[in-house]
Amino acid sequence: MIWMIGIGGSLGSAARFIIGNLISKKTKNKYPFPLGTWVINIIGSFLLGFLTQLYLSNVIDKRLFLFAGVGFCGAFTTFSTFGYETLTLIQSNYIKLAAIYVMSSIIVSIISAMIGFTII
Amino acid sequence: MNLILVMIGGFFGAICRFSIGEWIINNNGFPLSTFFINMIGCFILGWFLTFANQTNKVKPAFTLMIGTGFIGSFTTFSTFSVETLHLLQKGLILTAILYVFASTVVGIGLAYAGHKLAIIKKEK
Repeated sequence: MIWMIGIGGSLGSAARFIIGNLISKKTKNKYPFPLGTWVINIIGSFLLGFLTQLYLSNVIDKRLFLFAGVGFCGAFTTFSTFGYETLTLIQSNYIKLAAIYVMSSIIVSIISAMIGFTII
Repeated sequence: MNLILVMIGGFFGAICRFSIGEWIINNNGFPLSTFFINMIGCFILGWFLTFANQTNKVKPAFTLMIGTGFIGSFTTFSTFSVETLHLLQKGLILTAILYVFASTVVGIGLAYAGHKLAIIKKEK
């Protein structure tokens, strides 16, 4: 069972790495706003909300939930990078941007988790 | 190659998160295990990235495996937002606000503490 979480986790972190690099390449690091982590955390919250609903209504079994929900979504999204990026913004004196980053990450991710949870 | 390193770290990060979550009991509806995991991760990442940035002893490959892979996968934002949603749905508005507020304030504070620790160590 624990292997399922590990494999989900390795795929989730790989997806985060690829999408994060793709977004930072597109924005060419022109803007200090950490758009990559922002987008990843929002998408992951939506997915986990959706998977939680599927699991609670017995559409998917525990094994699949551990793989896709706990493993993949859990590893795809990240709180530590979110915290570190906010600290970096504050230290670079982007106080307002740091506040926007924190507030929008939390509010939008909860809303997207709710959409995922109620979509079916 | 970089991708493989991230995946190895991510594999163990997710397993550690699950294992720690198993032995922490969530009391009064407050999601203590995720809170605890995210806080440890913020502290370690703050320390590790600062340490890695200021010394050339840490190879970039190792930074990817531990920082992006392991710690990134160990902490989680999706569980944090889904748990907050559940608290709101259960009508535990105050607990939800406390959870969000504590996670962000303590998380950023611990990232700073980790960052400072790495700088102090270097000065010595």
